[in-house]
Amino acid sequence: MLNKSYYLILIISIIIGISFWIGFNVNLLPEEASINAPIYDELFKILFIIGLILFIGMTALVIYSLFKFRKKEGEFGDGIALEGNLSLEIIWTVIPSIIVLFVGIYSYNIYDRMGGMNELNHNHHNLNTNSEKIWAGISQGNNSNSGLGETAIEVSAMQFAFLFNYPQGEFISGELHVPVDQQISIKMESKDVIHAFWIPEFRIKQDIIPGQPTILNFTPTKIGKYPIICAELCGPYHGGMRASIIVEDKSDYERWFNQNNKTNL
Amino acid sequence: MTILIDKQAKVKESFQPKGFLRYFSFSLDHKVIGIQYLVCGFLFYLVGGTLASAIRIELISPLSDFLPRDVYNQILTLHGTIMIFLWIVPVVNGAFGNYLIPFYVGARDMAFPRLNAVAFWLIPPSGLMLIASYFIEGASQSGWTAYPPLSITTPQSGQIIWILSVLLLGGSSIFGGINFIVTILKLRRPGLKLMNLPMYCWAMLGTSILVVLSTPVLAGTLILLSFDIVAHTGFFNPALGGNVVVYQHLFWFYSHPAVYIMVLPAFGLVSEILPIHCRKPLFGYTTMVFSIMGIVILGLVVWAHHMFTSGTPPWMRLFFTIATAFIAVPTGIKFFNWVATMWGGKISLNSAMLFSCGFIINFVFGGITGVALAQVPFDIHVHDTYFVVAHFHYIVYGGSVFVIFSSIYHWYPKVVGKLLNETLGYLHFALTFIGFNLCFAPQHWLGLNGMPRRVAEYDPQFQFVNQISSLGALFMAISTIPFLINVFISIKKGKIAGNNPWNGLTPEWLTTSPPPVENWEGEAPLVNEPYGYGKDYHS
Repeated sequence: MLNKSYYLILIISIIIGISFWIGFNVNLLPEEASINAPIYDELFKILFIIGLILFIGMTALVIYSLFKFRKKEGEFGDGIALEGNLSLEIIWTVIPSIIVLFVGIYSYNIYDRMGGMNELNHNHHNLNTNSEKIWAGISQGNNSNSGLGETAIEVSAMQFAFLFNYPQGEFISGELHVPVDQQISIKMESKDVIHAFWIPEFRIKQDIIPGQPTILNFTPTKIGKYPIICAELCGPYHGGMRASIIVEDKSDYERWFNQNNKTNL
Repeated sequence: MTILIDKQAKVKESFQPKGFLRYFSFSLDHKVIGIQYLVCGFLFYLVGGTLASAIRIELISPLSDFLPRDVYNQILTLHGTIMIFLWIVPVVNGAFGNYLIPFYVGARDMAFPRLNAVAFWLIPPSGLMLIASYFIEGASQSGWTAYPPLSITTPQSGQIIWILSVLLLGGSSIFGGINFIVTILKLRRPGLKLMNLPMYCWAMLGTSILVVLSTPVLAGTLILLSFDIVAHTGFFNPALGGNVVVYQHLFWFYSHPAVYIMVLPAFGLVSEILPIHCRKPLFGYTTMVFSIMGIVILGLVVWAHHMFTSGTPPWMRLFFTIATAFIAVPTGIKFFNWVATMWGGKISLNSAMLFSCGFIINFVFGGITGVALAQVPFDIHVHDTYFVVAHFHYIVYGGSVFVIFSSIYHWYPKVVGKLLNETLGYLHFALTFIGFNLCFAPQHWLGLNGMPRRVAEYDPQFQFVNQISSLGALFMAISTIPFLINVFISIKKGKIAGNNPWNGLTPEWLTTSPPPVENWEGEAPLVNEPYGYGKDYHS
């Protein structure tokens, strides 16, 4: 009996070990290019490891049972008449409940760190024209003291393009240029159907819903060019509805901005 | 009771055309209706599968080069609608429910045989109408979710026909649901207690409650949507002051329970199949019953997890995260109980058992990604991507469809009286299992790395993984060939099954194969221990 439980502990440790190894060494995610991304990837890693332990464990149990308890040639009769085991059933109700609760609290914490729990209307007065209700996207208010930040951009989505309006320079661009390491606040509006604004490298996504202007805040951390993808079916050219976000040095951004700035003329 | 039974039997006989023709008639026999559901569903499965193949062919290359763009959207809409409303829902509920439930409760037929026949006969015309819409002015292009304003602005005729056919299918589903609830609660043979019913009855009771509570909401929503389309009302049209998010709430109030409508009956079927082939009682009967009812209750309060990126307020996101994640607990109980049922058994590893084990492995995987998706911060990145596509195919194909095949191998001998060929069955399983995982596992990576769903063109960096996925789809398409050959050849050439080829204890095995019109010669047997394997009196 003692021997048996040693084996059990050994096997469980091996499964956990393998899961941790895979969780820490296999990267399934794209580049991390915003302050949200490493937070997201931390959650992903935890969920991935827990998921692997459960999946490998259950699969191993099923395959082991199929070999171990297979009926032999010419064997008749039934297995043991075991109809249940209350303590076992309690164990596999309580342990998953604890895991689920842990995961829930942990992801709440992650969500809070991403800024998802902040009430939007408190810190975005200047975008909030009097009567209009502004809807909250995730990740508003990462730097709660800076409020809107200097870079406020209006995004209009339509079949099948994104347009980026820079109100401070009174110009419209087909590419979204932003300075690195600074909180960007975009106000998104749809001209026709529902679209979605997704930057995989930033781990953010927000639907753009007609009739509901929505704010989305994010802080890019890495210079580069990343795709902006429409993720909500919006018509025949939905797959082609893409744009680019160009994250650049502050000086590069200012040069670009001044080249396009119409208020200077 | 006897009077009722005799009357039922008499009505049935007077309505029975004989032989093969009865499958094309307005038959009132629950067994005939069950087979009608199954065969009809399978035909639509072949159509839906062909559409899926077209999608996978389009996605072999990153350009939109195989189908015109609007046709591609019609095809993905038809694929989703057909697979859900014409294949999985009617088969796991209608086909197996009709065939098995009267046996399990010890009745000669369902409570309302005519309503039952009406429920079935709504399906072929609405399915054909849906497919026909493609040839009129093109089918609906707005996906099976039909989100306004897209569904209001795309060509009208396709969208309206889509709405009509989903309404009829919803009606069929509600008729079926009422029939199952009444049959299970009211038509039980004297002496048969609820807690002695086979587990599939509980699964169908839970499912039918979900059907009856949530389907009318979908119907109402779609009727409002059709007003917006044809009468230019503004319920969901933002141009007229409507609110599109309201549509999403109403739609998912049905369509999330719809997932449980597709998988709960599958859970019930597996609970019948495993004990017989493992020669062991179903482990933890009572916890199974409670977990089914737990899923029913929780299943009704998780719908907004489909809308985490739709501008829902933070508190709502939090509530739906927790409610959704907690569904994993009753679902987990069922999986642990099934593995415990296998533990210490004497397992026959036949095709039915293989598909059931395949189901357990696939569904555990889909369940784990489901718990991850329930977490708002996780979902925000992968919502509306191929990660979600992969997740729900693990649930509805790796889950429900694997169970449908398992059930066909398990009950075919009862229905036809012949056994299916096991070698072809192994081949079918191997092709399906490998093809399925090859097709859908890589899609998780696609979603995480930036491929949205419902696109005909994509970033060229995803081409190789998409080709692997399409190769998997090819395997899945091929896998239907050995299955179809098996089913047709075995009708004539299969080994004679006898009444009880698996030595089962549930009531359907205690009659002839195929069963007589009245289900049993003489009185229905009283089965108080449907899973009494390994007990003294049974050797």
